[in-house]
Amino acid sequence: MKVVIFSTCVVDLMFPNVGKAMVEVLERFGCDTYLPKEQICCAQPTFNSGYVKESMQVMRNEVDALLSVDADYIVGPAGSCVNMLKELPFHLRADPVYAAKAQTMADKTYEFSQFLYRVLGVLDAGAELDAVATYHRSCHMTRLLGERTSPFVLLGHVKGLTMVPLPHIENCCGFGGMFSMKEPEISKQMVDEKVNDVLSTKASVLISCDPGCLMNIGGRFNRRGEKITIMHLAEVLNHNVDMSRVKYVEGRSAGDGAVSSVRAAKEEGALV
Amino acid sequence: MSSMVNGKKAAQYLRTSKAPFLTRVKESEQDKFAQQAVAKAQDAQWVKREAARQELGNWEQWRDLGEQIRQHVIRYLPDYLEEFSDNVEKRGGHVFFAQTDDEAAQYIKQIAIEKKAKHVVKSKSMVTSEINLDPTLMTVPGLEVLETDLAEFILEEDDWDQPTHLVFPALHKNREQVRQVFEKKLGYKGDNDPQHMARFSRKVLRKHFLEADMGITGCNFAVADTGMINLVTNEGNADLAMCIPKTQVVVMGMERLVPTMKEAETMDNMLARSAVGQKLTSYLTYTAPRTGQESDGPDDFYVVILDNGRSNALGTVFEPILQCIRCASCLNVCPIYRHIGGHGYGSIYPGPVGSVLSPVLDGGYDDFGDLPYACSLCAACTATCPVKIPLHQLMIEHRRIMMDDQSQANLIDDTVMRVMGLGTGHSSLFRTALGVDHTMLTPISKKQPETAKNLFASDRHVEWMPFVFGGWTKVRDLPDPPKHGQNFRSWFAHHKKEQQA
Repeated sequence: MKVVIFSTCVVDLMFPNVGKAMVEVLERFGCDTYLPKEQICCAQPTFNSGYVKESMQVMRNEVDALLSVDADYIVGPAGSCVNMLKELPFHLRADPVYAAKAQTMADKTYEFSQFLYRVLGVLDAGAELDAVATYHRSCHMTRLLGERTSPFVLLGHVKGLTMVPLPHIENCCGFGGMFSMKEPEISKQMVDEKVNDVLSTKASVLISCDPGCLMNIGGRFNRRGEKITIMHLAEVLNHNVDMSRVKYVEGRSAGDGAVSSVRAAKEEGALV
Repeated sequence: MSSMVNGKKAAQYLRTSKAPFLTRVKESEQDKFAQQAVAKAQDAQWVKREAARQELGNWEQWRDLGEQIRQHVIRYLPDYLEEFSDNVEKRGGHVFFAQTDDEAAQYIKQIAIEKKAKHVVKSKSMVTSEINLDPTLMTVPGLEVLETDLAEFILEEDDWDQPTHLVFPALHKNREQVRQVFEKKLGYKGDNDPQHMARFSRKVLRKHFLEADMGITGCNFAVADTGMINLVTNEGNADLAMCIPKTQVVVMGMERLVPTMKEAETMDNMLARSAVGQKLTSYLTYTAPRTGQESDGPDDFYVVILDNGRSNALGTVFEPILQCIRCASCLNVCPIYRHIGGHGYGSIYPGPVGSVLSPVLDGGYDDFGDLPYACSLCAACTATCPVKIPLHQLMIEHRRIMMDDQSQANLIDDTVMRVMGLGTGHSSLFRTALGVDHTMLTPISKKQPETAKNLFASDRHVEWMPFVFGGWTKVRDLPDPPKHGQNFRSWFAHHKKEQQA
């Protein structure tokens, strides 16, 4: 199946390792990947700062870019940015032509972990990581995208990996996009509590599905001189892979293509 | 700054501090006790609230219902206000529509003067703080005002300290601070055991209740088709404030209506579970003027219905904020409130609801323009709100008005954001940036051993950035961007070439 990679500006600018891992995992599961070069950003940095007018061109550009390849799916490595793509039909509502295009785009867009688990039906991606790790549950992915299951299912099947629960998993890490720069006095207190919570688990690896949060928490770890290894879920699932270990959700197998509704994700629990 | 309602000044008493926002944030950070108290309360409430909601079952459907009820009331607000006030008057009560805080407080002061009231007892009410009622009443010679909610009583005894939470007003005080206040002001001789201090307060308060000639309460819901007032409390003080004094005054925001008892029951269920994690509060009261056959209740019953800037929200994107039932669960989940507390917000309405509501009541951004930015948009508030107010989206709406409509940003920040808009809107510009970002940051990046592994593609990171980006490096290190040939797009192009080969 044809998959357009929604790379996100953070991965384009900062984290080639995350993009690379995602592409390699997807290709391993039979996806034919495309990276439209006109794509840039979901528009959150300006939109969330109140520069709504200035964000319209950003949104229209992203819609056109992601639809420029006639693919079955669009997959991105960041829950927050993927959620923004899902919101674009609403934000572009004053422009019916682009709102309709944005809807077409949003309907086939998935965050990386939910694409693997809910669309491809993957339970065990065949990865191995000998470590004790904890998972940062990012806010937009959990509350707005409504995805609170897929990463845990996939991590639960990684060979050798021990997951320990993170205290206060419900609390924001203090990233919040431009918030981290505009309100450093508050953001610092938030990220410090998150760093302390991660340290309290004694985990050596911190995993998440949002590079922005990882850049924030990891950057603070580094500033404080505290040790940690930062990994995106895609990097974990791309580690020491043995395809003979791969397992699918019951009744599914490789190449089934697939459709499980992401709406189901939203109905799984109260939105806390 | 204050807004105008029909040419009259409104919302003049929302501020709890004159200090600038960053000073308040700093002060909150230094008040370690208050910070820990908030964190502890949030964690405890999380467990209680979620358990109470789960026990009810189908919480998301309850939220839909709560939202529908509140939206319906706001849409037909004039009709329900008319129905409610007609019914209060049919029962022999009086209704006064106050457009501003001063109008409301002066009206109540006049009642106190006419009734020659000497002892006024009050139960907890945010809206009476909003109208500056206690100080106004205390200008009447010989009149004493007593807050009878335990937490408000503590604040009053502590020289009218400001509340920092909508439901737990004295959250920022520890038991030893309370003991000292009681000792100094009331001659309390006991220890700082909360039970002992509560028992002591009860004795003091009971005496005042028995001699009270005027009771003032807020209102959780006003039932339109019966003209009754619904109050939920855990201490029973509101019931005493309503039953004993001959004159009762109820103060309510104009949006606080439900159509019938049926909707009141739904909302009470959601309010108690959301606010304190209980099925219901210990006392759940419906009241109205005493009619002929009844043995208790006030002889004279006044309801003051307050606008004070609420109508600024009607017909705007901010209308959903009028759905609020003041459960404060948004405060209890907010990671910013967790750190800056009620004091940091500097409004009598703190937390996410306060950040959205305060500028609306104020009719502008002079006093509370910082608040919508004091939000990481984590949406915990939106997700917990029992009446589904899209709080985090309304923060963005405030920002949109401040930036796009009013151009309030300073020139440098404004330019940076506009350049960012251009750079993320035109792919040729973005690709240029991808080509030069490494080279541009090299002069300011540092080579140092990294303790956070796998975050930094190179062995360099950035510790200082210009403009608004400096906020990032003030707190944390920034990875040095990969060289052009090593970024994701270059890798992908190379990868595809290899696949084709």
